[in-house]
Amino acid sequence: MRLTCPCCGPRDRREYTYYGAAEFLNRPAPDAGLDAWDAYLHLRDNPAGETRDLWYHDPCQSWLEVTRNTVTHEILAVRALGDLA
Amino acid sequence: MTHRIPGKGLLIDRARRVKFTFDGKGFEGFQGDTLASALLASGQRLMGRSFKYHRPRGPLTMGSEEPSALVQIHEGTQQTPNVRATVQELYDGLTARSQNRMGPLGFDLLAVNDHLAPFFSAGFYYKTFMWPRAFWEKLYEPAIRRAAGLGRLSGRHDESVYEKARAHCDLLVIGAGPTGLMAALVAARAGADVILADEDVRMGGRLLADLPEVGGMPGPDWAAGVVAELAALPNVRLMSRTTVTGAYDDGTFGALERVGLHLATPGALPRECFWRIVAKRAILSSGALERPIAHPDNDRPGVMLASGVSAMVNKWGVDPGAVVVFSNNDSGLATARALFAQGIRIAAYVDPRALPVTEPFPVYAQAEVTGTRGRLGLRDVAVTHAGGTSLIEARTLALAGGWNPTLHLACHRNGRPEWSERIAAFVPRPGMVPGLVVAGAARGVFSTAACLADGLAAAAEALADLGLSAPALAIPQAEDTPYAIAPLWAVDAGGRAWLDFANDVTTKDVKLAAQEGYSSVEHMKRYTTQGMAPDQGKSSNVAALAVLAEATGQGIPATGTTTYRPPFTPVSIAAMGAGGRASGFAPQRFMTSDAQSRRMGAPMIEAGLWYRPSYFPRAGESDWRTACDREVKQVRDAVGVAEVSTLGKIDVQGADAGRFLDFVYTNTMSTLAVGKVRYGLMLREDGMVLDDGTCARLGPQHFLITTTTAAAGPVMRHLDFVQQAFCAGWDLRLISVTENWAQFAVAGPKARALLATLGVQAALPFMGCAPMTIGGVQGRLFRISFSGEEGYELAVPARYGAALFDALIRAAHDLGGCAYGMEALNVLRVEKGFITHAEIHGRVTADDVGLGGMVSAKKDCIGKTAAMRPGLLEPGREQLVGLMPVNQGEVLTAGAHLYNERDAATREANQGYVTSVAPSPTLGMWLGLGFLKDGRARHGQVIRLDDGLRGRKVLVEVCNPVFFDPEGGRMRG
Amino acid sequence: MADLIAELAVKGLPVTHGRATLAAFDPGPVTAIAPWPGRVVPGFPAPGQVLAAGGGRMVWAGRDTAFLLGAPAPDLGDLAAVTDQSDGWVWVTLTGADAVAVLARLTALDLRPAAFAPGTSARATINHLPALLIRTAEGFEIAAFRSMAHSLKHEIEAAMTAVAARRAL
Repeated sequence: MRLTCPCCGPRDRREYTYYGAAEFLNRPAPDAGLDAWDAYLHLRDNPAGETRDLWYHDPCQSWLEVTRNTVTHEILAVRALGDLA
Repeated sequence: MTHRIPGKGLLIDRARRVKFTFDGKGFEGFQGDTLASALLASGQRLMGRSFKYHRPRGPLTMGSEEPSALVQIHEGTQQTPNVRATVQELYDGLTARSQNRMGPLGFDLLAVNDHLAPFFSAGFYYKTFMWPRAFWEKLYEPAIRRAAGLGRLSGRHDESVYEKARAHCDLLVIGAGPTGLMAALVAARAGADVILADEDVRMGGRLLADLPEVGGMPGPDWAAGVVAELAALPNVRLMSRTTVTGAYDDGTFGALERVGLHLATPGALPRECFWRIVAKRAILSSGALERPIAHPDNDRPGVMLASGVSAMVNKWGVDPGAVVVFSNNDSGLATARALFAQGIRIAAYVDPRALPVTEPFPVYAQAEVTGTRGRLGLRDVAVTHAGGTSLIEARTLALAGGWNPTLHLACHRNGRPEWSERIAAFVPRPGMVPGLVVAGAARGVFSTAACLADGLAAAAEALADLGLSAPALAIPQAEDTPYAIAPLWAVDAGGRAWLDFANDVTTKDVKLAAQEGYSSVEHMKRYTTQGMAPDQGKSSNVAALAVLAEATGQGIPATGTTTYRPPFTPVSIAAMGAGGRASGFAPQRFMTSDAQSRRMGAPMIEAGLWYRPSYFPRAGESDWRTACDREVKQVRDAVGVAEVSTLGKIDVQGADAGRFLDFVYTNTMSTLAVGKVRYGLMLREDGMVLDDGTCARLGPQHFLITTTTAAAGPVMRHLDFVQQAFCAGWDLRLISVTENWAQFAVAGPKARALLATLGVQAALPFMGCAPMTIGGVQGRLFRISFSGEEGYELAVPARYGAALFDALIRAAHDLGGCAYGMEALNVLRVEKGFITHAEIHGRVTADDVGLGGMVSAKKDCIGKTAAMRPGLLEPGREQLVGLMPVNQGEVLTAGAHLYNERDAATREANQGYVTSVAPSPTLGMWLGLGFLKDGRARHGQVIRLDDGLRGRKVLVEVCNPVFFDPEGGRMRG
Repeated sequence: MADLIAELAVKGLPVTHGRATLAAFDPGPVTAIAPWPGRVVPGFPAPGQVLAAGGGRMVWAGRDTAFLLGAPAPDLGDLAAVTDQSDGWVWVTLTGADAVAVLARLTALDLRPAAFAPGTSARATINHLPALLIRTAEGFEIAAFRSMAHSLKHEIEAAMTAVAARRAL
């Protein structure tokens, strides 16, 4: 598997650390309630098909949101989080 | 070498004789031989015993798909089992042994299994060794394993060199037969970066074994010309002896190169190299593998594939003797003709088809081979034809059951091939592996001319994808014989007919599986073990499922095939893990004081990747306790020095740095004054403690935070995440400075005096920090303590660390102090109830460790909301406590569980557990830290520490985890 | 007290095996420069770029980060965070005809000049060691964590001896 880091270009997946679903970006407000926080922390879909998840490119320290297909293994998009210059 | 044909043998150098041993007996071969060809040339057809029935076996093939001729090579640490004799190249001094026998190879004691065969049908073990259940592990399994199994491992580390490497290219061409050579030539001339990989020593594929003419010259000469042109091009990498073993996502391929396996003394040369090749496009031109025909007793030494027979004649000049060819297709007939033309005696050509041909050798049309004779090697072949059964004397029986395209790699990403009635074999569908095109015999295109054209077309397709244009290239003239086959999978004439030679699976086993309900191909495979041997059924799977299809009446397309998975051929773990042993297992991180610590005799212990001194023994100190007790005392009474550079250090800068730190720490850092340090706690978003450390404010927009040694990497990653995910646009930059600074703790009542002797005036309040100069070097001074004593940490640029450590220990010694190691450091912190990752192990909240008050009520922070979940606030949580033995002489152990004094040690009665222990010379007893249900309300209670693993039960008193100087007067000084 | 004496990050170099040489090298002062979001530091390199800067080199060294090598730390006012990294890294050069072959055994980087050209930089790993690589006309400059200097030398030398043994075939 290879992911294209927006900084570094296509690299072997051994350079990356997997983190989890991209839902982790949608941090609820502190007062959003237990259900919202439970969903945010614990509830994840397991789609056969398109999914978005978070990866860390250890060499350049970029966090990435990767859109990929779990059935075909196709990488559809890679986006760096934050304000990458 | 009694069985050589004069003048033949493309690969052997008759001027160079090579000596080797097989089962202790001396043999001779030529340079260029494989172990199998050399043994055959010496008349040694018997090379091993079969897996289950211990039947005598010789090679079925001359290639990497070999199921039978598996041997063990080398001795000592290099001992390697299950080596294919057909792949192992010969060298002077090679030692090989046959496997899977008890006693001599010619008289195997376990050959009795062969006579018990009626009992050893598929599922025999499952059915027989069920009861009594207890017998399985102790009796049945060890006995079965001794009897079966293949070769043996040495049981020792293989000390040889292995290598792993990477390569990148525009086009990977897999297999250098006519198709692959043509494809590589076209792509190379177009200017693409090409890697051409081939598993054989010499490139050419079937051109070397069958010797067809190409472009008006002998096939091998044409191949050699192409290889020479490719070798001269800078954009081409030729990789011979390299088997591409797997196709993975995004153009990644695995390949195993045999680097030094053909040399007597590889020395520093790797035995094998495991390659990871990344290719924008790939062409699979891996050819096809011939398959045998299952007929009674088709497994004797001397029964081979027809393609193997032509290879042994043409590549190694080995004389097969009189040959019977049993074929159901035109390729087998062509082989018989070619062998005859070279002077090989064809004793019979046997074909079940009605053939309107006359040949200069005996032809039995509409006939079948129905049996063989010869105890340790083929002697006679029984041919049943319209006129009855004839017994024909032959040394070699060449089976030509048709060809299976070598499409394995195309299926590695779960693609399913489709059945082709035309060639009675599975062929790949287009697009099974993105970016990979299958060409030539690997997709069922069999004539040499068609392969050359297909290679060119595949290259043109790949080049178009790469944005390159294919050069005009004429396809050389070559044979273009059509291929016709009348499928014949098994001859039904009673007796056992082998499908899988490696695992001893016969047609009867497959039929039995179907009869007993294992009629899906995946179930049949597991019930019979068909295709599960080292060869993975390369020569047998298709025939086995054809027999299954016939038994179930489903037809082959509906039956389908089992899943092909990497690796295509066996890959040694040593190659995949090359370099990953001993000091290559993980990076070793050495502190600046490392060399000096070792000179002082300190045993070094691993802390993550770091090596840290355990203790610094003095003359007469025979064990760690003596040294540790002394070091603790010296710190408490005088002064101690320890390097603490392993702590993670992160520079946090920017106008929003304080705001950011408030968000990642539970407490408030933005209010910290410049020149001050604050202890901080970080949570994970689920409310559990992530790490603790200090935060120093070096300037208005400049903070320096520390992490624990263990969590330095994860905390950096966490902070990067919080910044990049939630703090876009903030004026904030994080950078690790762990490596830039060497940092030393100086602790004890004489710490200030020590610094004074080095010219550092430590006029800092507790939890203060300031720049300093020491020994002419700009550094930083922090007044913090992990020991409970007046403590300082001195940071200098890492290049000065070693020199500063030397200066500090000399100064400490002059004041009655010492260097102290991890053991003393642990005792000092346990005495003070300071937590480490033994306590903050991922399942505790700030409140559990008694730091609930550090979670600021005034602001949000990572983990705060989740930490307020009702379940984490309810009574009954396990809370950090101190533990002291009631009888002060008793030893406490970490990992032990805690129970009320009279309760049994059951899960239900469990009250908590011990996380850290330390022998405290200060208090004269062992101390423990642990978690106890409602522990803070239970100080003073006596409970039982129960260590089931070590068989210890100790009564302990629950107390405040701060055992020593709870008011902190010494620290604040 | 007497002045503290600086210690080399790596000892026992240079070494040559076959057609590759590993040597220590002193890049001079190393300063990490990380511009604040939205601010532009003149001469700041894009990913992979190495630019000349004030008598030294400005080397792209990671997300939003460049290392200024061989020039004094600049005063960038409110443009960027500036952090001394002069002691954080061990620097070596790997040169010779087989430098690429050696590195192909240590890193997953595509080392073909079209992918990694002379005069550019990349973050990657040397086996398990985090590393910064700069390709030069002669070979590569490689930086790794100072505490891992021993492992860096060990890993590279192991690859060098294996490649040299292949050449000797």
